[in-house]
Amino acid sequence: MKKILLLSSALTVAAFAAQAEVRVMSWGGAYGAAQTEAHVKPFTALTGVTATMQDSDNPATPIKAMVEAGNVTVDVASVEYADAIRLCDEGLLEPIDVNDLPDGTNGTPAAQDFIAGAVTDCGVSTDIWATVFAYDESKYAANPPMTAADFFDLEKFPGKRGVRKGAKAVLEFALMGDGVAPADVYATLATPEGLDRAFAKLDTIKDSVVWWEAGAQAPQLLADGEVVMTTAYNGRVFNAALAEGKPFKIVWDAQIFENEMYVIPKGSPNKDAALDFIKYATSTDGLRQQAQYISYGPARMSSLKEELIFSDGKTVMATHMPTAPENMTNALESDWTFWVDRNAEMNERFNAWLATN
Amino acid sequence: MAADTNAATDLLTTSDGRPLKAALIRAQSRARRRAFLLVAPLLAFILLTFVVPIGQMLHRSVYHDGFSSSAPLTSAWLNSTSPGTPPDEAAYAALAADFVKMKADRSAGIAGTRVNYNLPETRSLFTATARGADALSPPYKEAFLAIDAKWGDLAVWQAMRSSAQPYTLDFYLVATDNRRDANGDVEKVPENRRIYLYLYVKTFVIAGVITLLCLVLAFPVAHLLAVLPMARANLLMILVLLPFWTSLLVRTTSWIVLLQGQGVVNDVGVAIGLVDDQDRLSMMYNLLGTIIVMTHVLLPFMILPLYSVMKVIPPSYARAARSLGATSWTTFRRIYLPQTLPGIGAGALLVFIISIGYFITPALVGGADGQLFSNLIDFNMKNSNWSLAAALSAMLLGGVLVLYWLYDRLIGIDNLKLG
Repeated sequence: MKKILLLSSALTVAAFAAQAEVRVMSWGGAYGAAQTEAHVKPFTALTGVTATMQDSDNPATPIKAMVEAGNVTVDVASVEYADAIRLCDEGLLEPIDVNDLPDGTNGTPAAQDFIAGAVTDCGVSTDIWATVFAYDESKYAANPPMTAADFFDLEKFPGKRGVRKGAKAVLEFALMGDGVAPADVYATLATPEGLDRAFAKLDTIKDSVVWWEAGAQAPQLLADGEVVMTTAYNGRVFNAALAEGKPFKIVWDAQIFENEMYVIPKGSPNKDAALDFIKYATSTDGLRQQAQYISYGPARMSSLKEELIFSDGKTVMATHMPTAPENMTNALESDWTFWVDRNAEMNERFNAWLATN
Repeated sequence: MAADTNAATDLLTTSDGRPLKAALIRAQSRARRRAFLLVAPLLAFILLTFVVPIGQMLHRSVYHDGFSSSAPLTSAWLNSTSPGTPPDEAAYAALAADFVKMKADRSAGIAGTRVNYNLPETRSLFTATARGADALSPPYKEAFLAIDAKWGDLAVWQAMRSSAQPYTLDFYLVATDNRRDANGDVEKVPENRRIYLYLYVKTFVIAGVITLLCLVLAFPVAHLLAVLPMARANLLMILVLLPFWTSLLVRTTSWIVLLQGQGVVNDVGVAIGLVDDQDRLSMMYNLLGTIIVMTHVLLPFMILPLYSVMKVIPPSYARAARSLGATSWTTFRRIYLPQTLPGIGAGALLVFIISIGYFITPALVGGADGQLFSNLIDFNMKNSNWSLAAALSAMLLGGVLVLYWLYDRLIGIDNLKLG
């Protein structure tokens, strides 16, 4: 009898082990495709563990509901930096120890190989991405927009603008468009006058704005001719320009960059496999791979050292990354402490502003 | 005589000798049990999928134990003192003990989030303090003030005080554009932050407009369906039902294709010279877009009840009225229209209630000013503020119930004919 029990439980374990899988949730579009090609497929090929990709407008949103309901259907989620911190503080994510992560290919331990802040208590950075604005080159042959101020200049550059519907990165961008230096943006935004100033700047273009929500919508609006310029995630514009041959051009002035993090929701049934996946995806090679599909900067020094070529085999990625020195002349790093604390407050004001007058 | 009858009834027995009354009661209760068993599955279904979730939602709108369960000692101190009491050393000692606990079970973020609902910027105060919680030592007041001077701020303590009870009306305060000041008194939020009541009213007005538009558009169609010969009516019916069966997303996206700035309607307008190419019509991503698309999506909900009522109105009534000398307008107004009222009532109620809770279409085509109340519920769900989302939902539910009651009082719910 004991034998049978042992045998059956061994079989069950074997069956479960065979079923181990990693369900990744990311942002869809060009970004989701890049992670599928660079992380999901090679991971399955390497380990035999099935990895799948799901799309979401924001993978951080469902995590709380899943964890509280005890029905965690995502093993690895790709979330914004502030969300990784917030969810971790609320005990909704599995902790990740930086010492578990593999060394860089040049032998540097992970703790030193990752750029500062790229590994937190519960998350590991996959890339540095930026909110930038982009325009349709064919519409501005002679005199293209160069700065954030031009984005808000309807007289010099008439036409509709695409802007993400939400307070984050929009308020900062408005202030920089109003001439605030990146170093002063969050100090200004923290004061009531500074906040009013940001909304006053947004007021100047409010009637000409088409609001977008999913990252893929921004290049779509540009391609449809619905807008002449739009804020967008830089990688989406890059992919639309290179892979699809659209005449889109990025303006790096007033870019707002931050880390994107892989996290494991608490109670993931495939926690170990999920950690293996993250280890693989954020290794020197994993990060380098992703950077070949989309122009987001890898978060490891060792990945940055190698020359990165786009999947078309000829475009050098370096100058297209938010982290390229020439793109950083007037750049702002998104301040997660500000957004973790004030997200609700800012969005309440933003929603009120959006819905009224 | 009466006594005799009673005695006679008492004596009545069934064939096996039991009193008839008892046998009757047994038989009846068996029938009742059987009837109950028959409806039991539906009852369980309704309980499970309707009553319980709505009950949970209502409960969540007044319940949030994020702070009180994470910081029990501080909550106890706050609950035992009267509002406005400045924190003493005992309070700080309780807070210190709570922070050690919160650091251990990683709940500082949960407690901070709850307090942050009452006072922005307190969340990071909690998470930052928790990081250094192990180093806290007496005197605790000085220790806390050394970490952050905000710990001496009475507003912070007031925010914690209103979070210290798991049962709270704070979320309804927020949902009605109110907040508590440093003394715990209710005040209106600044004008530029007021949104919920404004959108609440706006949602009811827009739902009314959509209902009216649906009625105006559906009435002739339903009438046509009812009077045409069967074969042609069926063809028309398919045209009504086909969009009804098509995915909502597909229909919404088709409208975007038609109405957007570079869309079909504008292109045609430009081509025939009606619209200036530089100044195309904005029919999408605004309130107009929301109204157009929602009217189209909800039209079948008006046509079908109207049709089912019109179908059974005998045409002889109208003919009789005409033969008695009524004009066609009078015939319509006094004979035909009153008979369609049950259909109008049902259709209007359906369309109105559905449009009040509608969120996907405004989210896709509403842009800035086409957002409805339900979009704010969705927004707060996404931002993990479930209690506020629940309070907003409860407000919506309350509004619908009031309307239903009004409808019952004015027209009578028996007059409803759904098909």
